[in-house]
Amino acid sequence: MQIDPITLSVIQSGLQQVCDEMDLSFSRAAFSPVIAEANDRSDGIYSAFDGALIAQGSTGLPVFVGTMQYSTRVLIEMIAAGTAAAPQPGDIYIVNDPYLGGTHLMDVRFAMPVYRNGRIFCWLSNTGHWPDTGGAVPGGFSASATSVEQEGLRLPPVRLFKQGVLDPEIYAIICSNIRVSEQRIGDVKAQAAALLVGEKRLERLLDRYGDAVVEAAIEELRLRASQQMRANIRLIPEGVYRSVAYIDSDGVVNEPLEIRLSITAKDASLTFDFAGSSKPCRGPMNSVLATTLSSVYLAIRHIFPDVPISAGAFEPLRVMRPEGTFLDAQYPRPVSGCAAEVSQRIAEAVFAALVEALPDRVTASPAGSSGNFALGGFDPERGQGYVMYQISGGGYGGNADHDGLANGCSTIGISKAPPVEIMEQQYPVLYHRYALREGSGGAGYHRGGFGLDYEIELRRGDATASFVMDHGRFGPPGALGGRDGRVNRVTVTRDGVAMEPEHLSKAQDIPLKPGDRVRVQTPGGGGYGDPLRRDPAAVARDVRLERYTAGEALDLFGVVVSDAGVLDEPATDAARAGQVEA
Amino acid sequence: MSQHLPRGDDSRNAPARQSVVAGIDVGGTFTDLVLFDAAHGTVRLAKVPTTLDNQAFGVIHALDAANADIAALDLIVHGTTTTTNAVLERQLCRTGLITTLGFRDVLELGRRTRPQAYGMKGEFHPIIARDLRLEVPERMDARGNVVTALDEDALRAAVTRLIEEDCEALVIHFLHAYANPAHEIRAGEIAKDIWPNGNITLGHALLSESREYERGVTAAVNASVQPLLRRYVERLADTLAARGYRHDVLVMNGNGGMVSARHVANEAAKTVMSGPASGVMAAAYTGRRAGMGNLITYDMGGTSTDVALIRNAEPTVSNEIEVEYAMPIHVPMVDVRTVGAGGGSIASITAAGLLQVGPQSAGATPGPICYGRGGEKPTISDANLLLGRLNPARLATVPGGVTLQDVKDIFGATIGAPLGLDAIEAAAAVIRIANARMSDAVRMVSVSLGEDPRDFALFAFGGAGPLHASAIARELGIPRVLVPSRPGITNALGCVVADLRHDFVQTVNRPLASVDLDAVHAIFARQSADGRNLIGKEAVSVRRIREIRSVDMQFIGQTHVLRVALPDGVPSREDLQRRFEEAYFARFHVELPEIRANLVNVNTSVIGEREEIDLSALIDPAGRRARLEDAQTGTRSVWFDGFVETPVYWRDHLPLDAVIAGPAIVEQMDTTILLEPGDSAAQDRDGNLIITVKG
Repeated sequence: MQIDPITLSVIQSGLQQVCDEMDLSFSRAAFSPVIAEANDRSDGIYSAFDGALIAQGSTGLPVFVGTMQYSTRVLIEMIAAGTAAAPQPGDIYIVNDPYLGGTHLMDVRFAMPVYRNGRIFCWLSNTGHWPDTGGAVPGGFSASATSVEQEGLRLPPVRLFKQGVLDPEIYAIICSNIRVSEQRIGDVKAQAAALLVGEKRLERLLDRYGDAVVEAAIEELRLRASQQMRANIRLIPEGVYRSVAYIDSDGVVNEPLEIRLSITAKDASLTFDFAGSSKPCRGPMNSVLATTLSSVYLAIRHIFPDVPISAGAFEPLRVMRPEGTFLDAQYPRPVSGCAAEVSQRIAEAVFAALVEALPDRVTASPAGSSGNFALGGFDPERGQGYVMYQISGGGYGGNADHDGLANGCSTIGISKAPPVEIMEQQYPVLYHRYALREGSGGAGYHRGGFGLDYEIELRRGDATASFVMDHGRFGPPGALGGRDGRVNRVTVTRDGVAMEPEHLSKAQDIPLKPGDRVRVQTPGGGGYGDPLRRDPAAVARDVRLERYTAGEALDLFGVVVSDAGVLDEPATDAARAGQVEA
Repeated sequence: MSQHLPRGDDSRNAPARQSVVAGIDVGGTFTDLVLFDAAHGTVRLAKVPTTLDNQAFGVIHALDAANADIAALDLIVHGTTTTTNAVLERQLCRTGLITTLGFRDVLELGRRTRPQAYGMKGEFHPIIARDLRLEVPERMDARGNVVTALDEDALRAAVTRLIEEDCEALVIHFLHAYANPAHEIRAGEIAKDIWPNGNITLGHALLSESREYERGVTAAVNASVQPLLRRYVERLADTLAARGYRHDVLVMNGNGGMVSARHVANEAAKTVMSGPASGVMAAAYTGRRAGMGNLITYDMGGTSTDVALIRNAEPTVSNEIEVEYAMPIHVPMVDVRTVGAGGGSIASITAAGLLQVGPQSAGATPGPICYGRGGEKPTISDANLLLGRLNPARLATVPGGVTLQDVKDIFGATIGAPLGLDAIEAAAAVIRIANARMSDAVRMVSVSLGEDPRDFALFAFGGAGPLHASAIARELGIPRVLVPSRPGITNALGCVVADLRHDFVQTVNRPLASVDLDAVHAIFARQSADGRNLIGKEAVSVRRIREIRSVDMQFIGQTHVLRVALPDGVPSREDLQRRFEEAYFARFHVELPEIRANLVNVNTSVIGEREEIDLSALIDPAGRRARLEDAQTGTRSVWFDGFVETPVYWRDHLPLDAVIAGPAIVEQMDTTILLEPGDSAAQDRDGNLIITVKG
């Protein structure tokens, strides 16, 4: 069927609208702040045939770009094979198994078939990050788990709603395995209600244009999204681009993990090969395949944000299955770090490989960590236990247009960090500082953005501190002659004695007493271009604003400036001439 | 405070009726005036160019253009973009910040965000630079207990340093000052003795809620626009006084209320979004008189399109507006959402071969091709022109010698050729896509506020709103469109009809089961008394005072709140529980009997309603013709899936009882109204055109 291009545009925005309304409905009705405020969720429409992504909500968390098409495909295959129950109208499946097209256990997916004339027209699916799914530590981010069983409850695809009715038996099993279960019903209802909203909107679209027209439009849009992505890829000169990115450690064995990436640009497509990357690891820094693929897609979308999120856009991106590496984790490898940290290192590898080919679009490396710091303890004043999460941002990479942003959100997220005042209301802590981390931005023609520097004191009761961060060993790399951003640094002061965790950016259950302190200094972004070519006035301004010292201005940028930030131009010219020669 | 505003004599200032009232709104391009003379039953209008360097000139020009006798005016209500422009263009006064030791970077670090979800570029510049942000030892904890006493010597030194740095305004913003403002208050007292002017903002004074970034930005915005606004209103008052004006000038706030020019600069941040707010107030007022209390406002201009929701003639008000990326101003404001560009939105073909309209805009310069200012990219306005929806004869009046054929050629080449369409089909496609996109955006606003657009009428204004309203309403299943008499001066009308308004929020944050209800009732009573007291002090006659009471509630464990409207009187615990559950279900379609509720905030808005103003004279009744055909100026060829010879009417000549069948064009001074085939339109007693949209 031939569809006129105007109707095609209208159907495209109609499908997008269905997804955006699902996103909105899910967030607004959800119970958990992580979904309601941090938007750690995503909604989309998937092919009835192979689960391919048709459209995805524009406000979904970036790390979910493309993940649900794998879980939906696995579900369709399992139904066909009889290993999952056959669907009825009104059924909603629940699944969080990482190895069945998922991320980590906390990302719980719902999937619902949409029926038209007695057959499945498409699937609607959404993912929400539940605050807890059981396991060794509250929240699920165990830095030292060595198998998935320690990370929480694992659900294969089962029908949580049968013909529109919540199955109380399945729900009871879930509730008896997770923490704070009495509040989960709010998220479950919101997650299911979002799918029903999507179904209603989609049916209206189908009634208006006809199933056959919409079906043909979906096929045509898939083709065109792939053409659009190819047009972008043609901006990259054909050739092979390589990079390496490092993860500090897996949290259990204290040695770095390597991501080795080579990208081949040829015939308007990109082939991503991770051969030579580290073997599967003992700790939770393994990545399941769906997350590895999604990380590549989200990195490309950061580079080409105008391409719609759909299976068609991904077609020209061929990712070789990284078998035998930690980027293709198999049961029972622990995986809690894959969505938050490994995904960001994969994206960093993509940026680093392509920045020379696309110097106007790609930035130097961003801080690229979610900065998870969990403090668990008992507050004697309230007579109750608590788990506090502090997430933090870091500097973004310098780029062709400007310096990097300070305290930017993780590459894979879009959520805001909580205010200090709210944290102090809820937990027995006092912040001594929440400040720009001076000197942390990597030097460059355009410097990296600055990281964050915060310090917390425990006021009451005993507690334990856990960290899942990264870039403690190597700073975010600079690009095109720019320097690396400063490394992440965690300092725990107990009884007045300062120490750094053995794994630098990862640790579990460090015991704290009242008066003990935790200080976190997050990475700065990588610098972009030669720092000796940076505008001396911009360097002087940074000194005047106390972002760098006068000494750093000279050492890093070859600029002579007084402590008050007054530029000495002749001395600068001489110093730069000297540094270039040296 | 260094103000020398001519204060009106209060006894003369509070007459039983203010019979000659002028509303003057300064917009980006034009300064609009509407003047009601109740004694004579007349209305005068004026539209003059805005004078950007000093908006007061434009105000005087508008009054002169309307032949107003300034000395005889009883009241001038003024909407100004002085603070809006200052914030959006960062033309701010040099401002210093003194804050808690360890926290000077809060304003620069924000909440760890980035400007767009995808794309790792983007910049952010804090409104106060780092070298003007100083720290002093002091600390409260979250309960308002002193952890570290205020170091008064350090404070004095910091104030002195900021004076030496030539700061014109000062912000004092301490952590947890919402819980205990003692340190901020003491610091303010000390600073007042040293600071050379009255421009001192205390963080808790405008917004007494937790969240240090949002409160700090709100305070910093307030301080950094305060001197500008103060100078501007002083200059305006002086200028008007020199022309014989004897009363107070009132200035519009973003909550849709107004406040005396004598006080407005103290809370300058409240004026930042006042322009769009007054348009929505006019819509609410017009709709109430027309018996249409539920409205979605659709204000489509040349450069932007704004949408707001009105329920039961009350505009939606939010305390959490973000004016631009990372710029939250958390004071009560009418919730107006900018959903896209306006008539200047550019049409283009994507790499996927699909037509898209926006997000790029030709803006005001160069603007659409048909403006004749050098624009060469096809826009919505140009498409309207090609399709005969806008009058092609108008091209003759623009500079640059642009012809209809020029526009056609560009559409043919840039849109038509890639899609295999001719120029006219290409223009029709642009309009279809633009309407689809706009209606999606309107729907998202409505749905995000928990409302089905079909329960509303569309209130169309702005230069391009009435041209697209019928199509958008049909797309959304909205049955009726209201086009007010003067769509191009809606904001100025808002100044005239706006009420006095004061909003109060008190945080309680306790489980409903254990909340002290007597204390809640006491809060309502105090908020009511405070509001009535403030209204009593304004030099404006008020017909009656009414209150809107609400509570913000949530289920325990949630962080977002739901506003629950309350009737007058004293709510019981059971009332609150029931109303919350009902509101929650209505909004989210989820019932949660398993979970208990929290009472977060207690809110009262006290509203002094002004004298009723008769809108029927906005179009001079004497100018109306007896028969519809006498109001017709001709016909022209307009595209509706093919060109149709379509009657064109002049709005001011329409007989009040006329019924117009679509297709038809109704033109007036500042807008063009399109009735599509099957639509019909009639007017109400105020002269509003009510279009019944063909389903």
